[in-house]
Amino acid sequence: MAEDWRNGGFGLYVHWPFCEAKCPYCDFNSHVSRSIDQGHWRTAYLSELDRVATETPDRVLNSIFFGGGTPSLMDPATTAAVIDAAAKHWRIANDIEITLEANPGSVEATRFAGYRDAGVNRISMGIQALNDTDLRRLGRIHTLAEARAAFDTARSLFDRVSFDLIYARQDQSLADWERELTEALNMAVDHLSLYQLTIEPGTAFGDRFDRGGLRGLPDEDLGAAMYDLTQEICEAAGMPRYEVSNHAREGAQSRHNLIYWRYGDYAGIGPGAHGRMTVGGQRFATEAHRMPQAWLDAVSKGTGESARDRLSGIDQAEEYLLMGLRISEGIDRDRYAALASTAIPEAAVQELVELGMIRTRGSRISVTYQGFNLLNRVIARLAGA
Amino acid sequence: MTDLAHIRNFSIVAHIDHGKSTLADRLIQETGTVAGRDMKEQLLDAMDIERERGITIKANTVRIDYTADNGEKYVLNLIDTPGHVDFAYEVSRSMRAVEGSLLVVDSTQGVEAQTLANVYQAIDANHEIVPILNKIDLPASEPERVKEQIEDVIGIDASGAILVSAKTGVGIHETLEAIVHHLPAPKGDRDAPLKAMLVDSWYDSYLGVIVLVRIMDGVLRKGDRVKMMSNGTIHHVDRIGVFRPAMADIGELGPGEIGFLTASIKQVRDTRVGDTITHERKGADKALPGFKPSIPVVFCGLFPVDANDFEDLRDSIEKLALNDASFSYEMETSAALGFGFRCGFLGLLHLEVVRDRLEREFDIDLITTAPSVVYHVYMRDGTMRELHNPADMPDMTHVDHLEEPRIKATILVPDEYLGDVLKLCQDRRGIQEDLTYAGSRAMVVYDLPLNEVVFDFYDRLKSVTKGYASFDYQLTGYREDNLVKMSILVNDEPVDALSMMVHRDRAEMRGRAMVEKLKDLIPRHMFKIPIQAAIGGKVIARETLSALRKDVTAKCYGGDATRKRKLLDKQKAGKKKMRQFGKVEIPQEAFISALKMDS
Repeated sequence: MAEDWRNGGFGLYVHWPFCEAKCPYCDFNSHVSRSIDQGHWRTAYLSELDRVATETPDRVLNSIFFGGGTPSLMDPATTAAVIDAAAKHWRIANDIEITLEANPGSVEATRFAGYRDAGVNRISMGIQALNDTDLRRLGRIHTLAEARAAFDTARSLFDRVSFDLIYARQDQSLADWERELTEALNMAVDHLSLYQLTIEPGTAFGDRFDRGGLRGLPDEDLGAAMYDLTQEICEAAGMPRYEVSNHAREGAQSRHNLIYWRYGDYAGIGPGAHGRMTVGGQRFATEAHRMPQAWLDAVSKGTGESARDRLSGIDQAEEYLLMGLRISEGIDRDRYAALASTAIPEAAVQELVELGMIRTRGSRISVTYQGFNLLNRVIARLAGA
Repeated sequence: MTDLAHIRNFSIVAHIDHGKSTLADRLIQETGTVAGRDMKEQLLDAMDIERERGITIKANTVRIDYTADNGEKYVLNLIDTPGHVDFAYEVSRSMRAVEGSLLVVDSTQGVEAQTLANVYQAIDANHEIVPILNKIDLPASEPERVKEQIEDVIGIDASGAILVSAKTGVGIHETLEAIVHHLPAPKGDRDAPLKAMLVDSWYDSYLGVIVLVRIMDGVLRKGDRVKMMSNGTIHHVDRIGVFRPAMADIGELGPGEIGFLTASIKQVRDTRVGDTITHERKGADKALPGFKPSIPVVFCGLFPVDANDFEDLRDSIEKLALNDASFSYEMETSAALGFGFRCGFLGLLHLEVVRDRLEREFDIDLITTAPSVVYHVYMRDGTMRELHNPADMPDMTHVDHLEEPRIKATILVPDEYLGDVLKLCQDRRGIQEDLTYAGSRAMVVYDLPLNEVVFDFYDRLKSVTKGYASFDYQLTGYREDNLVKMSILVNDEPVDALSMMVHRDRAEMRGRAMVEKLKDLIPRHMFKIPIQAAIGGKVIARETLSALRKDVTAKCYGGDATRKRKLLDKQKAGKKKMRQFGKVEIPQEAFISALKMDS
């Protein structure tokens, strides 16, 4: 029997942990540093690539994703070195997707050509809002004019350019969002990520929220209305939701993220990077040291990994459920049962079908329009939580 | 062994906070019974709960040696009795063991409802009563007005009342002299066969059951073989002694004396309070008149919050029952709450004390269901059933009528709050029996249904009178009324733990309050949930909990899988604290809050 990860493919995630400034809503592993020794970092990434590639020989690599942090602060030569090394270690899929997350600032834009030459073929740009007031409130250091210019540069250099917006912001009305989204769809090439602002603990926004600050956030009803409106408008524009917060024209879905959501394998390198790797028939969850210097030190001693946990069949089945129901194609019950050695309880499936939250077709289960709004509940019910 | 003429046995009657325990402390101190360094506040209240709540739950006793001004040495035995109505039974039996009482009244407050109830018990027991006006050091003290009140309300002569400040020590010596000169000496015959009244008993983990006795006739010695006259069981007396207030061994106890014995008795249930103890050989042939047994009047279910604690709860309840024969329990199963116990109590305070002790001393988190009284259900076939639990209510088609327990409630209240108190009593289906004034205080007597009192009556009374009212009650009997069982349905499923007996006229109000509360307590689900209160098949109140609109995580990428999976595991653990009713999950806390007595 083929190993489970083959259902999702195999990708490489490279984490660049630095930003010029930390955004108040962000809970990703990012750090602000004045001096970065690019050569040192390049050597460390290449060392980690060697290590993970030895464990996963003879694979076809479907995707590379440079995430962060702000990978557009990376020296294009470092990007090139990582891509070249990956191509030596693995067979590269004909249609490999190589994405780099970019800040839409004017300085970054000057490096875009370098990334293209290094082999990057897709840019994902964190624009976040289409007006300067809200950009400032979100702690972004670029202006709308800079963002538009950077976006135009990217479009001229890359076939595939996506950008992110954050909505359900402070004092944002349904009509405000409708206007902004319409404008975004006019700009969009083939892919958009539209995230509702989530207040995460441990972030600056989280602290403010706990102290009773951060007023004017939409309530549950307005949040739900904004989410529903987003689906209507995007669908009409030919960019339907293929994942909870991601929209694409047919064929333009992010292949890298689909590896996560289809529960494939991914090697994760760089500070705080997570991976899922099947080695010797066992699947492992890996995690790297989070702090940049600690990671560098660990890598110089042989491995950047801080944890490697074997995932039981049930663990994998749950992760598959958690990830797989986020995409409109849904999950395969047979695949779940093979992982868990037990089927998803039929009573839960029936109940959710009756409530109109999911639909079944053959062995597949997917979430309905209504079900997406309550996805956490749907997953919990199917997982018996 | 002290001759009868030099023994005085007495108790102290007082309302809570009028200074009974402080006065007892001073008497003990003044006579040097306890060395100053061993003195602690409220010596006789041994349990934490007693000290914290400032109440006495169990009767306690102390023997005081006192040399009077006339040069004679006396033995004074004080039995400190509980002040609260729930423990009135303990009061009455303690009174039977002594010949006199000190009536302590706070000279700044005057006579309160509990004082009345207890002083009447003392009068019933033919006590000589010495009135004591306490707290005379306070500027608000009005001894003359309070003396008048004692004469008006209680009807005893207060001209010889002693002015005392237990706090400063004023009047303590005069109190001791009054005990010697105004209270009668006990009677008894040293040569007659042994007759010892079993006043109280409690369990000690080292000594087993300790039995408090009052010797009426004869002499009790260590090593004696004694017989419990109620059941004929024979015991070998290991130890006898008195309380000073620590246990002190003594060679013998003669007539008129109060002390303890231990005899390797394992359970409090093996000793019957009010029983007569005599010698195995040459024993008395006629027992003393016994006491009326106490009967539980308030019932509720006690369930462990964590179902895994059920066995611990069973052990703890059994241990507690070792020491509290007035508390009854039997196993109960609830669809909502799992396995637990239906327990019977002497009153609401008793319920709270037992619950507190279980939670505190035995460290168990409990869910307490709504307190219920014992209804008499008269069936069409002419039989009568006692109903302790609304869940056991028979089908109404087989029921002819129901009767509920009534009480006579006495409330003393400053006149500015009188209107609010009358309204409260009327709202609770009360029937006014009497209304009199003593100074600026009104004394109101109401005939009330007990079930209206167990449901937050104290709290309401305290709140409408800003704490100035005092309240006492006694059970008077049963009376028919229009009582119904109200069920609560969540998503059309009945929730047994929430059903209750209510008067038909108050059902809508209670039902509405409950469904509104539940609407806030039950988390929203993926679907809307009707919450209804119903009598039989008829819905009397309804709320609808709207469906949840949105619960979705915006972002989830490679690194989040682990975190989300752990979250799911946590949710699975949390689910164990949920109770499932059809498709609806109700968190344990919702039951706790919905059933809170102040609801």
